[in-house]
Amino acid sequence: MEKSEEQRDRTGAKYGMWFFLFTEILFFGGMFILYSIFRAEYAKDFHAAAAEENLLLGSINTAVLLTSSLAIAISISAVKKGDYRLSMRLQTATILMGLAFLVIKYFEWTAKIDKGIYPDSPVLLKMSGGAILFFGLYYVMTGLHGLHVLIGVVVISFMVYFTKTGDITSENFSKLENTGLYWHFVDIVWIYLFPLFYLIT
Amino acid sequence: MAQVETEESVHIVAYKTYVYVWVALLLLLAATIAVAKVEFSKYGVFVNLLIASIKAGLVLFFFMHLKYERWLLKALLFMVIATLTAVIALFFADVMFR
Repeated sequence: MEKSEEQRDRTGAKYGMWFFLFTEILFFGGMFILYSIFRAEYAKDFHAAAAEENLLLGSINTAVLLTSSLAIAISISAVKKGDYRLSMRLQTATILMGLAFLVIKYFEWTAKIDKGIYPDSPVLLKMSGGAILFFGLYYVMTGLHGLHVLIGVVVISFMVYFTKTGDITSENFSKLENTGLYWHFVDIVWIYLFPLFYLIT
Repeated sequence: MAQVETEESVHIVAYKTYVYVWVALLLLLAATIAVAKVEFSKYGVFVNLLIASIKAGLVLFFFMHLKYERWLLKALLFMVIATLTAVIALFFADVMFR
């Protein structure tokens, strides 16, 4: 499949991905600013509201995402070494861990919704102003993060396919490398979300 | 005739390196939960954000290869983080002195 006249710019592809991630940093950064301002203003309400969070599920999800990051990182080294079988297995493992993260998130959200805590719910509106802000930020930030995980899972599924068809090789792995960068970025966002929502009781 | 600039050679990080980083990340996760449980009240939040930043740094430098990139990319990322920090500081200044 190698065409000798084909032009590739691996560095350019990588820098392009990084520039996209810079915009993502500022996108999530805006929400982190909101969180810190309201947190400073309603410190007590935030602490009380955070008691609703399930620390065990949050911790498991953190471990799941960190492990999935390890899997995709090694899958990239494997492709560079030409070990496509190992790479595809690890990419698949990353997808499964991403899905596990979303399933756990689903249980967390439904547990809250069953208690009547969801945006604009009668139960929530009776709570303190700070609690309303806390759960509003919780749903928006973990929701947008979850959406990123879902997008990551879809993109990695394509990478497994591309590795199988030989589109991704030890000579041409920019697609996979950039997917890895995206996945690690999503991991970093969660690394900050975890202490802010689960560890402030 | 001018020499065409060649691309950086492929840098392959050893599997072992990634596993070490992963172990460090899990230990830091345990540490951050322990800090929150012990309740240092005021300092707990600061320590936990510090631990989060160390974890983020490990992911950036090793998993995301920043350690092996040229200074240009590091400088660009630094500028983005500095911008975000400045904006956060300005927001706080605005809210606190209102």
